[in-house]
Amino acid sequence: MGEPVPLPAAPDALPLWWVLLLPVLVGLAAWATTALDSAVTARASGRPIGPVTAALTPVRESARLLVGQRRRTLAADRVLWRLGAAVLPVAAVLAAAVLPLGSRAVADLSVGVVWFNAMEVLAWAAVWMAGWGANSALSLVGGYRFVAQGLAYELPHMFAIITAALGAESLRITDIVAAQEDLWFVAIMPVAFVVYLVSAAAMAFWAPFDAPVGRDLAGGAAAELSGVDRLVFAGGRWLLTVVTAAMAVPLFLGGGTGPWLPAWLWVAVKTAAVLAAMVWLRHRLPTVRMDRWTEFSWIVLVPLMIAQALVVALVVLGGGGGM
Amino acid sequence: MAATVLFWVLAVAAVGFGFAVFRLGSMAQVTFALLASFLAVAGLVLLLGLGYLGVVIALMMVIEMVIMAVFMIMYMMNPAGLMPMAMYHNKAGSMTIAVGTFAVLAAGILLVHWPVRRGVPPPDPTFALGEALMSGQMLTMMTLGVALFATIVTCVVLATNRGRYDRFGDDLRSGPAGGDGR
Amino acid sequence: MTLQLFLLAAAGLFAIGLYGALSQQSIVMLMMGLELMLNGVILATAAFWYFLTPGGSDGQVLIVVIITAMAVEMAAGFAVVTAIYRSRQVDMTDGASDLRG
Repeated sequence: MGEPVPLPAAPDALPLWWVLLLPVLVGLAAWATTALDSAVTARASGRPIGPVTAALTPVRESARLLVGQRRRTLAADRVLWRLGAAVLPVAAVLAAAVLPLGSRAVADLSVGVVWFNAMEVLAWAAVWMAGWGANSALSLVGGYRFVAQGLAYELPHMFAIITAALGAESLRITDIVAAQEDLWFVAIMPVAFVVYLVSAAAMAFWAPFDAPVGRDLAGGAAAELSGVDRLVFAGGRWLLTVVTAAMAVPLFLGGGTGPWLPAWLWVAVKTAAVLAAMVWLRHRLPTVRMDRWTEFSWIVLVPLMIAQALVVALVVLGGGGGM
Repeated sequence: MAATVLFWVLAVAAVGFGFAVFRLGSMAQVTFALLASFLAVAGLVLLLGLGYLGVVIALMMVIEMVIMAVFMIMYMMNPAGLMPMAMYHNKAGSMTIAVGTFAVLAAGILLVHWPVRRGVPPPDPTFALGEALMSGQMLTMMTLGVALFATIVTCVVLATNRGRYDRFGDDLRSGPAGGDGR
Repeated sequence: MTLQLFLLAAAGLFAIGLYGALSQQSIVMLMMGLELMLNGVILATAAFWYFLTPGGSDGQVLIVVIITAMAVEMAAGFAVVTAIYRSRQVDMTDGASDLRG
């Protein structure tokens, strides 16, 4: 009885030390996004700030949270509370492991799409635990809201990413990128792309889907988090935003393919574009109530996505793929 | 070597968290202990080279356990879930049966002369699974699909408290009240 | 790492789940016991596939069937709990013993 084979990884994965670099890279991207977001926020409030101030805002905020006191609530479920905040950034980084940085990923799993989906779903558990653990009504409501929202976005989301896998006839992310050499998937599956972006925003409880941490709940699931806990939770959310936005690039926008520039730069440019669009939308749209979103999602988006998947399947079959 | 260490860690975690499910006092913690047990088993399945199935188990169980936590808190006697709870019946009898079952199973596992291994794992088990489900085991797949669909219908019918004509209120000609499931 | 070790772990999970399913009064906790038993079955099936017949795909298909069974079990269980709670505020197995012979 031989040693079992580990998850089959492609031979051309990035060297192992990238495991250490990956969180740094994702963190830097999150930092840039936060800076952009604070600049947009400041401009919207009528007091524009310069790029340096904007870049320093996340740093200052992190420092403030680091020295802040951790809040304690009466009869809190401390284990789940801390775990909830901590799982969020961990899940984001684990999901980023299958992300091709340039033409190669840190862990190029043969089931990369499913892995990505499994890791991002950990956000459900994380937000719910953070909301539950504080033993506070408002934060618990926030946690429940996220579960309801999750049920709404997850079905179209799964269809969207599996449609990309269907188009490439592979669950491996680098294969999906390779299949887009000639034509980006956004061209043959525009509905899937839009649904993916929308569900990415919902997954990172990003406006217009920020009801779980909404102002009407005094911060919702994050209401009772302060100090380092809040930093970890909020940082995890930014990381998740970056990772889900970055995954749109290999799935629909051709990954690192593009003229003149090297692959990694194209990935960075495209990711920045997707993130900028998300930040812009965040400040443009009002919060959606998750019950309305559920209805729209299930009654409109799911049938739409099934039709989209069918079209893509026909394209693949017609293009000589399949049997 | 690494695989052996990993096996022991995951196996102990799976069984330990599984035991914690019936020992912990808080219902939320109970649910997530069960999730931890599932994730450990998913890790063991990955260890056996079944990449797709292991990840799918993790994916499904996270969703399932979060939903379970919601129902759990909805229906258990102690909604706060922060007080110790003990809701057992026939504890001694159950323990006897469980330990007896384990003893019988363990005896079988250790005494049976297992057949030798036949064949080698395919290079891509995921592909092999997909091929099996779409050709030889097509009937299984279709049965599962129909079973799932039947479950959806049955469960909605069972769980909803509205009949066919209740949804518009007393006046059947009035428009929908709004919200899901109108 | 041998078949026996995997099966022992699976048997442990199954036995713990059986204990829970038999001893818990709350229907939701009972379902957790059932899930734990199926968890053990998944592990055993995966071990059988790897150590005995890795050449075929039947073991993998069986795992898919078990996962589906878990989903169906949970959905049906919650639907029944909801229905029974709605009709008479019962959430314990002892309160729903009408069919006792």
